[in-house]
Amino acid sequence: MAVIPLAQAINQALREEMRRDDRVIVMGEDVGRRGGVFLCTEGLYEEFGPDRVIDTPLAESAIVGVALGMAIYGLRPVAEIQFADFIYGGFDQIVSNIAKIRYRSGGQFSAPLVIRAPYGGGVKGGLHHSQSPEAYFIHTAGLKVVIPSTPYDAKGLLISAIRDEDPVIFFEPKRIYRSVKGEVPEGDYTVPIGVSRLVREGSDVSLITYGAMVYECEAAAEKAEKEGISVEVLDLRSLLPFDGEAIIKTVRKTGRPIIVHEAPKICGFGAEIAAFIAEREILSLQSPIIRVAGYDTPFPLVHEHLYLPNERRILDAIRKAISF
Amino acid sequence: MSIIECAMGAFQIISLDGSADEEHLPELSTSQMLKMYRDMVLARRLDSWLMRLQRMGRVAIHAPSEGQEAAMVGSAHALETEDWVFPSYREMPVYIARGVPISELLNRQFSNEEDPLHGHDMAVYGSRRYQIIPAPVPVGMQIPMAVGFAMAAKYRGEKAVAITYFGDGATSKGDFHEALNFAGVFKAPVVFFCQNNQYAISCPYSRQTATKTIAEKAVAYGFEGVWVDGNDILACYSATKRAIEKARRGEGPTLIEAFTYRLGPHTTADDPSRYREQAEVEKWREKDPIARFKRFLVRRGLWSEEDDAKLYEEIEEDIKREIEQAERKQPLRPDVIFADVYGSEPWHLAEERDELSRLI
Repeated sequence: MAVIPLAQAINQALREEMRRDDRVIVMGEDVGRRGGVFLCTEGLYEEFGPDRVIDTPLAESAIVGVALGMAIYGLRPVAEIQFADFIYGGFDQIVSNIAKIRYRSGGQFSAPLVIRAPYGGGVKGGLHHSQSPEAYFIHTAGLKVVIPSTPYDAKGLLISAIRDEDPVIFFEPKRIYRSVKGEVPEGDYTVPIGVSRLVREGSDVSLITYGAMVYECEAAAEKAEKEGISVEVLDLRSLLPFDGEAIIKTVRKTGRPIIVHEAPKICGFGAEIAAFIAEREILSLQSPIIRVAGYDTPFPLVHEHLYLPNERRILDAIRKAISF
Repeated sequence: MSIIECAMGAFQIISLDGSADEEHLPELSTSQMLKMYRDMVLARRLDSWLMRLQRMGRVAIHAPSEGQEAAMVGSAHALETEDWVFPSYREMPVYIARGVPISELLNRQFSNEEDPLHGHDMAVYGSRRYQIIPAPVPVGMQIPMAVGFAMAAKYRGEKAVAITYFGDGATSKGDFHEALNFAGVFKAPVVFFCQNNQYAISCPYSRQTATKTIAEKAVAYGFEGVWVDGNDILACYSATKRAIEKARRGEGPTLIEAFTYRLGPHTTADDPSRYREQAEVEKWREKDPIARFKRFLVRRGLWSEEDDAKLYEEIEEDIKREIEQAERKQPLRPDVIFADVYGSEPWHLAEERDELSRLI
């Protein structure tokens, strides 16, 4: 089986879905001749031409609003927002229109479309190339929100997203686009939306995470192991809907949940997971629920390695949980 | 009829006195014209009933279309059945002209068990069968959708054209400009139909733009803008017909500005006496689009006062009967609030739905 980077797995998913289904259209800024600024759409323009790989004007609201019109017609558009930081220009269309069209039409119309956007820090990108805006969308009924962390999942989840009957916001952890490589089968397979992945089994502490933070958590778990602490790592993969059963299972097992994400802590997705655990499994807890998150500042250009959760901060949280 | 040609004034076929510019008369049969007249009257009467029903607390809210019937009925009659409509929230006359039975509109207004929107929004109406997308309440949001739909139809090689309706207020929004720009770049088969009714709630036209017309904005996006008398049904019909046929031929989008006036309030929740003089309203009542078309029909011997009285009577009876029937139908079930969120229900909604059914 071929070992390829995450970005290439995305490319493969798009290519195979476009070959399989002529309703699939790719659109966005620089997705055509340039192949996307991160090359996720490389080669698609050459294979499928300008009618299916559409270089659009630089206008985020129209990119997603036009994609909605195409989806209503019966196409399966995959719109790329060049950086998740630019998605706010299309926010109104996404939360008021795309997310609501099924509901407000009494189920007569729907928006089977995907909005792909590279998100997250660790690329020295500064304020407007590094943010993690997932919480804004998880708060919106009608959307699905997915974040893969491996090439295998990236391809399988993107194929699921394209075939889904509802709109999917697909955030891609750009810092691991090339650095993370993995085995990806050629051809058709899917990873279901709403199901998490157990990255590593353990019995003392649960790290509940997603995206590029999976790798920081794995590294911290390795270190903790050397201190005699057995750490479980759960990669949520889907944030809306999220895998509640798997969270309950790991919390019952370890009694010490720690939620790790890059996005700022206040009202970040960790708050939802913490409340979910507190509402249902408070008697299983052996320590407080801890969140390790980006700080509640704008994303800094300098010292981003200190802003982002890292092995050291996660390890510190693990020790706190154990010594409670 | 282009923006340059009509620089001296909006395109008009029927004068206030009902006389017509014979050279520009569209090819319409007598029965078509009488149908258009009937649709205007029906829209006006139903509009008036909905205002009253809201005052009586029997329907939630209504955005009246009084005074704008020519723009809406005229343009909608220029569409073919294969075309798609992306309206804003004031377009009830368009639905009537599109053939939607008033029983359906009233099921929606009363949010009864047959409400096609399942009680999920107050947008006037929406229907896959009549190819009408329910209007989003945030202003202008339907404009990029219409462009995307048109681009998809073009990609599929189909002849469907999308028409989108919006007001002068929407032209201040980014979505209007982004959508027109897309349509120009991709030569999308779409018609942008702006009803400039001169008010965005209380703010007059002069607070939306410094340009004399909205039509001229099309020039900046590389396609044609047309300025028509929005109270002249035949001018609105002709301009739209021409734009639709042009789009169908693959010659791209058109922006039509129908210059008209909102005689009523913005919605049932508005009080226009706070921001405009009654004299201004009276001046526009003299340009009433229904009275003007009637004068035209009477002048040509196609209509009489007796016909008119009969029509009003018949429509009044129809509306009263349909209101009674719509009000008699069952209300929607409480768990309808959980319907249509997703194609298949995720676990967290199933849990919330169970909680609701346990508590009621």
